[in-house]
Amino acid sequence: MARIGVFICHCGENISATVDVVKVAEVASTFAGVAFSTEYKYMCSAPGQDKIVQAIKEHKLTGIVVAACSPRMHEQTFRKATAEGGINPFLCEMANIREHCSWVHDRTDETTDKAIDIVRTLVAKVRRNAPLFPIKVPVTKTALVIGGGIGGIQAALDIANAGHKVIMVEKQPSIGGHMSQLSETFPTLDCSQCILTPRMVEVSQHPNITLHTYAEVESISGFIGNFDVKIKMKAKSVDSSKCTGCGECWQKCPNKKIPDEFNAGLSNRTAIYTPFPQAVPNKPVIDRVNCTWFTKGGKCGICKKMCKAEAIDYEMQDSFIDIKVGAIVTATGFDLKHTDFFPEYGYGEFKDVIDGMQFERLASASGPTAGVIRRPSDGKIPENIVFIACAGSRDKAKGIEYCSKICCMYTAKHAMLYKHKNHAGKAYVFYMDIRAGGKGYDEFVRRAIEEDEVQYIRGRVSRVYEKDGKLMVKGVDTLMNSTPVDIEADMVVLATAIVANKDSEALAQKLHISYDKHHFFAEAHPKLKPVETNTAGIMLAGACQSAKDIPETVSQASASASKAIALFSNSEMSRDPSVASVNNTNCTGCLLCMEVCPYLAIDKEEIKDRSGNLMRYAARVNSGLCQGCGTCVAMCRNKSIDLQGFSNEQMLGEVMSLLNKPF
Amino acid sequence: MKIGYYPGCSLEGTSKEYSDSLFAVAEKCGITLEAINDWNCCGASAAHSMNHDLAVALPARTLALAEQQGLTEIVIPCAACYSRLSQSQNELNDNYVTKSRIESYLDLKISGTIKLLTVIDFLKKYIYPVADQHVVNKLNQKTACYYGCMLVRPKEITVIERTEDPLEMEDVMKIAGATPVKWAYKTECCGAGLSVSKTDIVAKLSGKILEDAVSNGAESIIVACPMCHMNLDMRRPEIKKQINKDINIPVLFITQALGLSMGIAADKLGLNKHFVDTDTAVKCIIKKEA
Amino acid sequence: MSQFEPKIVAFVCNWCTYAGADLAGTSRTKYATNVRIIRFPCTGRIDFMLLMKAFQNGSDGIIISGCHPNDCHYTSGNFHARRRWMVFRSLIEFMGFDTDRITFSWVSAAEGAKWADLVNEVTEKVRAIGPFTEFKTLDYNSFNQLDNGAITK
Repeated sequence: MARIGVFICHCGENISATVDVVKVAEVASTFAGVAFSTEYKYMCSAPGQDKIVQAIKEHKLTGIVVAACSPRMHEQTFRKATAEGGINPFLCEMANIREHCSWVHDRTDETTDKAIDIVRTLVAKVRRNAPLFPIKVPVTKTALVIGGGIGGIQAALDIANAGHKVIMVEKQPSIGGHMSQLSETFPTLDCSQCILTPRMVEVSQHPNITLHTYAEVESISGFIGNFDVKIKMKAKSVDSSKCTGCGECWQKCPNKKIPDEFNAGLSNRTAIYTPFPQAVPNKPVIDRVNCTWFTKGGKCGICKKMCKAEAIDYEMQDSFIDIKVGAIVTATGFDLKHTDFFPEYGYGEFKDVIDGMQFERLASASGPTAGVIRRPSDGKIPENIVFIACAGSRDKAKGIEYCSKICCMYTAKHAMLYKHKNHAGKAYVFYMDIRAGGKGYDEFVRRAIEEDEVQYIRGRVSRVYEKDGKLMVKGVDTLMNSTPVDIEADMVVLATAIVANKDSEALAQKLHISYDKHHFFAEAHPKLKPVETNTAGIMLAGACQSAKDIPETVSQASASASKAIALFSNSEMSRDPSVASVNNTNCTGCLLCMEVCPYLAIDKEEIKDRSGNLMRYAARVNSGLCQGCGTCVAMCRNKSIDLQGFSNEQMLGEVMSLLNKPF
Repeated sequence: MKIGYYPGCSLEGTSKEYSDSLFAVAEKCGITLEAINDWNCCGASAAHSMNHDLAVALPARTLALAEQQGLTEIVIPCAACYSRLSQSQNELNDNYVTKSRIESYLDLKISGTIKLLTVIDFLKKYIYPVADQHVVNKLNQKTACYYGCMLVRPKEITVIERTEDPLEMEDVMKIAGATPVKWAYKTECCGAGLSVSKTDIVAKLSGKILEDAVSNGAESIIVACPMCHMNLDMRRPEIKKQINKDINIPVLFITQALGLSMGIAADKLGLNKHFVDTDTAVKCIIKKEA
Repeated sequence: MSQFEPKIVAFVCNWCTYAGADLAGTSRTKYATNVRIIRFPCTGRIDFMLLMKAFQNGSDGIIISGCHPNDCHYTSGNFHARRRWMVFRSLIEFMGFDTDRITFSWVSAAEGAKWADLVNEVTEKVRAIGPFTEFKTLDYNSFNQLDNGAITK
């Protein structure tokens, strides 16, 4: 038998000015199930809360309705008071008679009647409230960081420094990512590798971090706090425990014609290789796709002969390891559109039309030209360079409507680097807009224009073609009455669009995280949850979520780490108990609920008889994942699934009580 | 083998040689071209810059008549006419409301299922298979294939794959025994309809096209559009004056070039109707080895 | 003689429309007194049988309102609600209902003014149609069976 206590708050004059609170309290005492009804000036004050505590004890109340402000304000306050009074806090609800009533109407009978209706609805609901208990889920205090670029490195270090274990998986032979390929970084023109490599070493030496390079995520199952991950360790063909990193093998490798990915295809590498001198770990791997031993049935084998440590092992196979982690940070970075995507700029045929990463490698002291900017076609130093911004980005016709964010800055940087190395050279930038919103960014671009005399032309380039060894650039200057601008360039650098990694879709599907049509991973809320995904326990860091620069990547990585660290702060996670649950006696196993759950919180349960034979299937809710939206409840054809806190009985009670009285 | 044919205004007037050469090649390969009865102007640039419904209705009428005639395929040699007819067909098929409205203006029903072919589609589908039997000469010259703009735009209707650097006409030229050159002005604007209103602009733009063709070694230019032909051929005196260069390479329609390789007589192909003498092109021709 | 005051029941989601109504409150925006709000975690939770119950038991008009598409706190609940809505609307239209009695809307947590306008608009719309009297007498017994027949003392 219900014994509800109803407390009508005056809220000073906020409610009592337009609502006759005394009358509401009187009428409420006549409602079915109400054992006690009163009104008070400030329910949220200490004496107000104490009224609740005392009333529960005195009147042996089984439920509380506080008619006051919005539950979004004080639900927690009154639930706490209810708990103090000795009954389950979820037996307390708030009737919103301030925001939804007293504040929006004048003092009339209708207003008081409305307040009475609102109270009656909530009383009808609370009569059907069941005690709920926070759900406890165990937590494995290890994090998985997917991706070893600056984002992954930052997240891993933050989590490891907080005292938790981290496993980092990187698909390349070395960590470092794209930042390791950069020459200098804006807006300070810091040497990129100089600021990155100490971090890389820190990761490799950190006692809490286990680094797996040349490895990929094979499969993931489980849920927040309890993920089971299978990692594929690709066969390096080199036993890292024996290898001393002496370098004899790649120095003597005869197969030198493989396009070097690290140098963006501007030079070649050997089949057994380390990607760059500061690689971490600094042990080579064999590229089996191009290695003569593997492609020509055992011919060559020079590296094995040369290796004094006997570390080369052609028989090595891919292996798999299984790990358990509690949180996952995805920091898989981005890819760049290449010049062959641009038919109007030569379909990738013109050697001297290059993309931004290739320019970085030319500018880099450790690059294929030792830091001298040279034309890839004939090695000559260009006397002028045309930089084309927004190559591909912001272009619906190319299918890339978004802005790639970093190109305005790195184009200014490239133009400046060229001018610093070639004072007499001419640099032209064809742009649409200049996006330089970060700290020190606009000043950086102004420096390029004012100090380094880079010529900025507002207009697009319709075509680039080759003629007599020069590149004919046909552009336009829209600020000069749209005059066509034709430049005979020695080199053209395209600031091509940032795109998602080609494996993004597959990885997102393994992780069960959402991604958009461009295959960037989706954050849980664009404003307020930029580092979490809709899959609890999986966070995002860096360009895999959207194009961004290094400071933003590092910030996002630290933010992701903080989410993981918060998760690991207890051995058990406590969750809001407003979750769905299935009555598997009634459930027919149609699994419509499973199809609509946005959190994949419902799976199929086998219902067996006493002998262990399968009788039928039913739905089952994972209370660790359920977020309590209730879509499954509305879908269920025979009402076998219900939502605690907003159950079918509760909601029907509200509707029925609302209208059962003549207004 | 009979397929439908839409000449449009140009092929019956200023570019009659395009029509003549197309018919000559088709006849040689055993194909009859049947013109659409009572066809009307496609609207060209005038209609679509003035009234959208008019621009859709004019081609729609022709399409409806073609259907009534029982034609399932039509070849439309003029690139602009092709563009207007296929855009109209696209819109009718996409937008039911527009279709009903246009049908009510015309008092005709349109099913929108007729297949529309550019001259290049036509050559690929009907001439390629039998080319070996009929090609007896090699053009034996360097040709610059000029596509102009209408063949490669808009994206929704163009059949050309590489719109910034197409190769379809080059394929035809190879069959005709010519050597297509690599050049940069394949799809650059010739000045189009400004031919009449602002001839100096046409002279400048078409001049650049000719200069690039010549500097890449072309001995003739091949076109598939009457407008392109007019600007590159008829406007040659203005061009020469504008760019102050004496460029004399002839401009041939693709069907004329193919016709020459098939051994059809030059005057049957209308080569005598050009402003720029085509003898230099004709003289290069040699017999194909067996 | 006082004019007919329609009874409007609003089924709203906690994260957007409920918060939007809160905002109308904090902004002290005045609007008609005719609406009563029932809070759901998400419009996806709304079983449309509840709407039928509302009409059956005396409501003259109904509002369903949730987060804008793509903004759902639970990502996709509002899409399911919308789909259900389309079917529901066809059904009651078939039943001869005046579909002006029902309104489906998106009101975000920032749109306090929109909520107020919505309530006013729906109130006037339903007032013009008049009280809902069809089907009211059907199945009268069912709610007596509820709660052991004790909705009011």
